[in-house]
Amino acid sequence: MVKRASVQTNKEMRAVYSETLYELMKTNPDIVVMDADLVSASGSGKLFKEYPDRCINMGISEANMMGAAAGMSLVGKIPFVHTFTPFATRRVYDQVYLSGAYQKANVRIFGSDPGFWASHNGGTHTSVEDVALMRAIPTMTVLAPADASAMKWVVEETSKHYGMFYIRAGRKSTPDIYDASQSFELGKAIVVQDGEDGVIFSMGEMIYEALLASESLKKSHQLSIAVVDMFSLKPLDEACVIHMVKDKKFVIVAENHSVIGGLGSAVAQVMAALGNCPPLRQVGIQDHFGEVGTVDYLQEKFKLKSTDIIESVMDVIQNID
Amino acid sequence: MNQFERFALQIRLQTCRMLKSRGFGHLGGAMSLVEVLAVLYGGVLNIDPTNPSWEHRDYFVLSKGHGGPSYYAALALKGYFDVSLLPTINANGTSIPSHPDRLKTIGVDATTGSLGQGISVAVGIAKAFTMDRKQNRVYTLVGDGECNEGQVWEAMQFAAHHQLSNLIIFIDENHKQLDGTTKDINNPFDLALKAESFGLFTQRVDGSDCLAIVSAIQKAKASSTASCIVLDTIKGQGLPYFETLADNHHIRFEKDSLFQLEKAIEVLELQLSEVQSHG
Repeated sequence: MVKRASVQTNKEMRAVYSETLYELMKTNPDIVVMDADLVSASGSGKLFKEYPDRCINMGISEANMMGAAAGMSLVGKIPFVHTFTPFATRRVYDQVYLSGAYQKANVRIFGSDPGFWASHNGGTHTSVEDVALMRAIPTMTVLAPADASAMKWVVEETSKHYGMFYIRAGRKSTPDIYDASQSFELGKAIVVQDGEDGVIFSMGEMIYEALLASESLKKSHQLSIAVVDMFSLKPLDEACVIHMVKDKKFVIVAENHSVIGGLGSAVAQVMAALGNCPPLRQVGIQDHFGEVGTVDYLQEKFKLKSTDIIESVMDVIQNID
Repeated sequence: MNQFERFALQIRLQTCRMLKSRGFGHLGGAMSLVEVLAVLYGGVLNIDPTNPSWEHRDYFVLSKGHGGPSYYAALALKGYFDVSLLPTINANGTSIPSHPDRLKTIGVDATTGSLGQGISVAVGIAKAFTMDRKQNRVYTLVGDGECNEGQVWEAMQFAAHHQLSNLIIFIDENHKQLDGTTKDINNPFDLALKAESFGLFTQRVDGSDCLAIVSAIQKAKASSTASCIVLDTIKGQGLPYFETLADNHHIRFEKDSLFQLEKAIEVLELQLSEVQSHG
C-alpha cells in the first residue's frame, strides 16, 4: 500500500544515511562505519565525531576496505561501508565477490552517486554498470532507494539481516515520493501509481521522472500508466512484474543505469519467461560512458528525463498501432 | 628432534601422501610453509580443535590460499577432521578444495585463494578484536609472489597505522612464484626492509628452523604494534628433489616426479619411524 508524500523535505540522501546510522549506533554496538577518504562527501562526519571507536577512515584503499570489512563481520561486526559507486563496485569486484559474498560475510556497501549523479567528477567517477555487476554476484542483495524514506528503511533493514547488501543512491536530495510512514519489504515492489494502459518499472531517482511522465501522458493523451518502484533489484519482485504486465499495452523500464544488465534486463528476463507479453522499451544509458557536467545536463544527455520516457511511450504506442 | 620438527615431518608426510593420491597439486608453496604451520598448530595458536568456533580462539588466515594441502594436513593431524579425508583433496564434491574455504572445511577461519585478499580479511579480524579489547590473536601468512598484489601493501599500511599488536603477518619468502623466480618476474627487493619501512615490527628468520620461528613469534607478541616475520624458505622445502625442480609450483605427478614423490614419502616415513622409535 503506497502512502505518497504530501510535503517535500528536501532531505539529502547522505544525511539520511548518516542520521539513521547515528540512531542505530546508539543501541547497536556492533555497527561499524567505514569510508575510503570520503567521510565529508558521504556526510558521515557526525558519526566519526560521535562514535570515533566504531568509525574507521580506511584511506584511499578500497580493496583493503572491502576485505577488512568482511573480516570484521566474521567476528561479529556489522560494517556499513561507503565510497563512490565505481569504487564500491567495479574497482573492488573480486574483493566483494570472494572476501564478501563467497565466504558468506556480512557487509552493507553504500555506493553513492551512480550514473548522472557523478556530475562534475565526470566519466572516471561515473558508474553505469554497478547494478549489472552486483546483481550477478550470488546471494548479493541489491537495493536502490527512491527517496529519503526509502533510504532510511534500507539502512535500518539491512542492519538487521546477515548477508551482503549493495545500496545505490545519489548523495543529494531527491523529490520525496513516500510519506515517512510508508512501509517497505525486502523483495516487494511498490506500485506507486496504478494504471491500465501501460506500466513503467523504475528505481531510485527515476521514479520521480516516471511519475511526471505518467501524469503528463494522462493529461495529453488520456493514458493511464502505472509506475512501479522496483527498489529491491535483487531479490526482484517477479510476481509483481508478472501481475503488472498483464493486459497492458506496453512496458517501459526507466533507470539511471546502462540498458545492459540493470533493471531493464531483470524485468525483460521475467517477461521473456512468461511469454506473450506486451512490448518493452528501455529508458536508460545507451552503452556509453559518462562525462563531466551538471546533473541536469547529464540527465538530458543520457536521455533520462520524463520527456524521454514520454517519447518512449509515444514510440511504442505508434508501433503497436 | 623437537616437537615442532616432528610435527613438521608429519605434516610434510601427510601432504605428500595426499598429493600422490590426487596425482597433482600445489606442492612447492605448500612445502615452504610446513615449518610455520608446525609451529602455529603445534603449540603457538590458542585453539581448541574440539571446539573449532571457540570465541576466544586465535585466528589463522592463509592468505596464500594455494598452500591449502599442508594447511589441511596440519588441521587433520590436529584433530579438526579425520586424516582419512585428506586424499579427497580436489575430488568432486570434496570438503577440502585446492584453496581454503571456511564454509567447507572445519578449522578454516577465512576463505582465501584470490591473492592479496586474505591479509585484508586478517587485518579486519584483528581490528575488530582490538575494538572490543579482546585477547584473541590473529596470524596470517602471505606469499612473496603474493606481495606482487597491491592489496597486500594496503593491508600492511592499515595494520601499522592501527598498531595492530595482536596481528602477526608472515611472509613466506620462498623466492619463487608460478612462472619463475620472484626476482626475475617482478623483483620484490628487500621484503623485510619494505615491511619495516611501513612501520611494522619486522624480523627475518630461517623459515625451515622451527625454534627460530617460535622465538620470532615470542618477540613479535611483545611488540606494541603489528608485526611482520619474513620467513626465508625454499619452494618445495624439505624435499631435496623438488627443491631443485624448476617448475615446482603445481606438479602433475607422472614418471620422474611420481617416482621422486614416492621416494620422498619413503624417506619421510623412515625419518618419522626413527623419531618414534627413539621416543
